[in-house]
Amino acid sequence: MSDLGDLYQEVILDHYRNPRNFGVLPEAGRAARGDNPLCGDKLYLQVRMKGDVIEDLRFKGSGCAISVASASMMTESVKGRTLAEAQALFERFHPMVTGRGAAEGLGKLEVFSGVSQFPVRVKCATLAWHTLRAALEGRPDAVSTE
Amino acid sequence: MTAPLDVARIREEFPILRTLVRGKPLVYLDNAATTQKPRYVMDALSAYYETLNSNIHRGVHHLSELATRVYEESRAGVQRFLNAADPREIVFVRGTTEAINLVAQSFVRPRLRPGDEILVTHLEHHSNIVPWQMLRDEKEAVLRVAPIDDRGDVIPEELERLLTPRTRILALAHVSNALGTVNPVKRLVEMAHRRGVPVLVDGAQAVAHAKVDVRDLGCDFYAFSGHKVCGPTGIGALYGKAEHLEAMPPWQGGGDMILSVTFEKTTYNRIPHKFEAGTPHIAGVIGLGEALDYVASRVGLDAIAAHERDLMEFATARLLDVEGLRIIGTAREKAGVISFVLEGVHPHDVGTILDQEGIAIRTGHHCAQPVMERFGIPATARASFALYNTRAEVEALAAGLRRVREVFRP
Repeated sequence: MSDLGDLYQEVILDHYRNPRNFGVLPEAGRAARGDNPLCGDKLYLQVRMKGDVIEDLRFKGSGCAISVASASMMTESVKGRTLAEAQALFERFHPMVTGRGAAEGLGKLEVFSGVSQFPVRVKCATLAWHTLRAALEGRPDAVSTE
Repeated sequence: MTAPLDVARIREEFPILRTLVRGKPLVYLDNAATTQKPRYVMDALSAYYETLNSNIHRGVHHLSELATRVYEESRAGVQRFLNAADPREIVFVRGTTEAINLVAQSFVRPRLRPGDEILVTHLEHHSNIVPWQMLRDEKEAVLRVAPIDDRGDVIPEELERLLTPRTRILALAHVSNALGTVNPVKRLVEMAHRRGVPVLVDGAQAVAHAKVDVRDLGCDFYAFSGHKVCGPTGIGALYGKAEHLEAMPPWQGGGDMILSVTFEKTTYNRIPHKFEAGTPHIAGVIGLGEALDYVASRVGLDAIAAHERDLMEFATARLLDVEGLRIIGTAREKAGVISFVLEGVHPHDVGTILDQEGIAIRTGHHCAQPVMERFGIPATARASFALYNTRAEVEALAAGLRRVREVFRP
């Protein structure tokens, strides 16, 4: 039971029910699609840069609680950050959800640390981040977690 | 009236059902993906390796003779299981997928001209779509799809309209893996045959749930996988009418499928050996024979069908009691499968939470993405039943789903 509680924390359920930065971003400039074919998660992410800074971003799509909440919280955590900062966040987020790194210093994103107990759900948590990387690197075609 | 199943005794025969998952008894409701195996099947596999192991159809020695006999007895077992006219009409393959590919490559491909048509239905598994697309692309043929209605039933009149003078094959599922729909195969075969169109039936989801009689169905080909009917993985069978198999070219070359070979010319073996190139999965064939004997003789398919019908009715009622649950696929006749969605909860989350309770179901698109698209959903959760499932397990599932609702309560 404690495992389930770790996975479906109230913050995660809240972001699933009321995703932030959800919708269409006018004059985005950069975008990418993300697919998780195994479970049918689909994500469309748009990013507007100002110089080196992620000025704004929005996402659309459908998916499980983990993937939607992760997308929502990803957008909150990288908005206003530089490319390098966003990249650094992902580089710490990924080890946390795969159980290979500590959760400290990730702030709100630490709620996803419970995902590491559910190996098949890791790709739900990382889909939005892979899609962000694709958008920033100018690869608009669907990234797949498979 | 058949005697009810002694499910408690049957469960004793499946060692894996004693497994605890996170301290809770395993509730295995993913039988449409693969069924569990009775100990007789495991014993048959061990007995082959311990007492019979040798290659077949070639040795003059004692073991080879014995192994060949048991292997061919399994073929006769499949023949009886499907009520085929002749054991030569049974070809051993890796599974349903390979059987469909065999028919596509060896039966349909040589007779397909540009503009010819292949007809499937909207509820097919990807393995009864992709082999035909590959052929379509190679031969510039046309793939037609017979629609299904909102319940998940094929619409016979619509299918009939799509049978044209250019249709070279109708390939359809006996039972839909995503919705549980039982197709009226006999009627559809008659329809196709009236227009001279041969029919392949994908029986992967059917054979574990009710008696199949290929001569009564009248189909030209029938494919199934051993692992979905209590047998080992990696082995299945294709039934084909002898006249078709005789006329078809081999589809893989190698040992066992030849009578003589020189560098100038090879004479192919007789059916069914013509289609069994290379050393086959001998242990698997023997295990499959044991599995079919188990379900058809030791237990009995009529009793299994009655038990599962009861479980399906009970489960349908119990699941509909769960707040916000909607069943996807409400065909007139269903077998083995209940697909559903829970309002406000993604199927993947349903699956994870049920797994914490020791309940194994499948979530996702079930390798039938066109079906999901037809119902406008990305995925479903699917509970699928076998002879060893109980009403208590259905209750556990319903309780698990209430637990899901609690976690996701707004």
